[in-house]
Amino acid sequence: MSDQNQRLLTIVCESMLESFLQEELPRLGASGYTITDARGAGRHGRRGGAWAKESNIKVDIVCDAEVAQRVVEHINREYKQHYALVMYSTDVTMHCVSAR
Amino acid sequence: MSIEPVVLFFVLGLAAGLLRSDLKIPGSIYDALSIYLLLAIGLKGGVKLAEQATPGMLLDGVLIIGAAILIPLVAFPVLRYLGKLKRADAASIAAHYGSVSVVTFSIGVAFLAQAAQEYEGYLIVFLVLLEVPALVIGVMLARYGAGQVRWGRMLHEVFFGKSIFLLLGGMIIGYVAGPQGIAPLDKVFFDLFKGALAIFLLEMGLVAAGRLADLRAYGVFLIGFGIVMPILSASLGTAVGWVLGLSVGGTMLLAALYASASYIAAPAAMRIAVPEANPGLSIGAALGVTFPFNILIGIPLYYWMAQTIHQIGA
Repeated sequence: MSDQNQRLLTIVCESMLESFLQEELPRLGASGYTITDARGAGRHGRRGGAWAKESNIKVDIVCDAEVAQRVVEHINREYKQHYALVMYSTDVTMHCVSAR
Repeated sequence: MSIEPVVLFFVLGLAAGLLRSDLKIPGSIYDALSIYLLLAIGLKGGVKLAEQATPGMLLDGVLIIGAAILIPLVAFPVLRYLGKLKRADAASIAAHYGSVSVVTFSIGVAFLAQAAQEYEGYLIVFLVLLEVPALVIGVMLARYGAGQVRWGRMLHEVFFGKSIFLLLGGMIIGYVAGPQGIAPLDKVFFDLFKGALAIFLLEMGLVAAGRLADLRAYGVFLIGFGIVMPILSASLGTAVGWVLGLSVGGTMLLAALYASASYIAAPAAMRIAVPEANPGLSIGAALGVTFPFNILIGIPLYYWMAQTIHQIGA
């Protein structure tokens, strides 16, 4: 497979949104994503990660621009107002995808 | 009476947090310990239930749950009008205080063991049964007929979240297996219980210390509420326990259940169903004020209350 230009969308949010996102991302067209535990600080204070109820996750999604837009709109609509979250995206080059 | 030693582990954790020690309990150990504690408490309750279950308990249950519903209903107007909190915040905090804390209950059980006091083991069932009504009431108070509620997600979180699921699962296993069937597991689930609780409390101390640092932000009202509310709830629990004819130990445990505020199931449920409520306020009060108060001062106080009402009653 040759190199391919895609968007990398990253969402850092409260870990309790994980199960929701796992359900919603495939529906929005994001076929794959990677979730890691995260900690840090921001407008919602320090998120130490020591305690399950105040830990964060970081979700990386590589997808085409259209899907990225759909995910951003969905998250803005559903969660932005009341949950601690940050989203950012950038162009990336996909070098390889393992064969199934 | 001597101090219950597990409580000292909480104080140690609190000190470590306040003195900025680099002590940190790894998240996976915290998770493993909480799974262990929930299962052990559930099993213990199930075994006691198998030994003691009677039809009369059903009526007791109705009274215990009915009285417990008063807690969020009293807390809400106090928070809303006296504390001048936003509706969502008042409702969420009321739900936390109406719901219960497994660890506070466990420390009550450890306290009674230390004092060589018997108690009605089936009270553990109410750890499960008292969790839900307050959360539902909290959501209804927050919404008051307006706005949509993610009921499905919230109830799924409550019933299938780790805490209720493991408590209930352990209870069913304990009930089905009975005392003889569970005996081979005694060493792991009952003999090691207090040690595991001690390490868990060390972590709770660290977490509570993080909350204490924010206390100034909550204001005097919320700190006062975090101390007065559990005493009021415990008085209700003491009265109900006495009316039901529970032993001194059982009365004290019921008081501790009523007095405790949830900081595991309730925060998750409220975050889903009432996301506009500030979780810092409710978790701060429940974990930063009420939990330390209950285990350091509350439980000996509730024990005294239970003894006193039994003496007066006699």
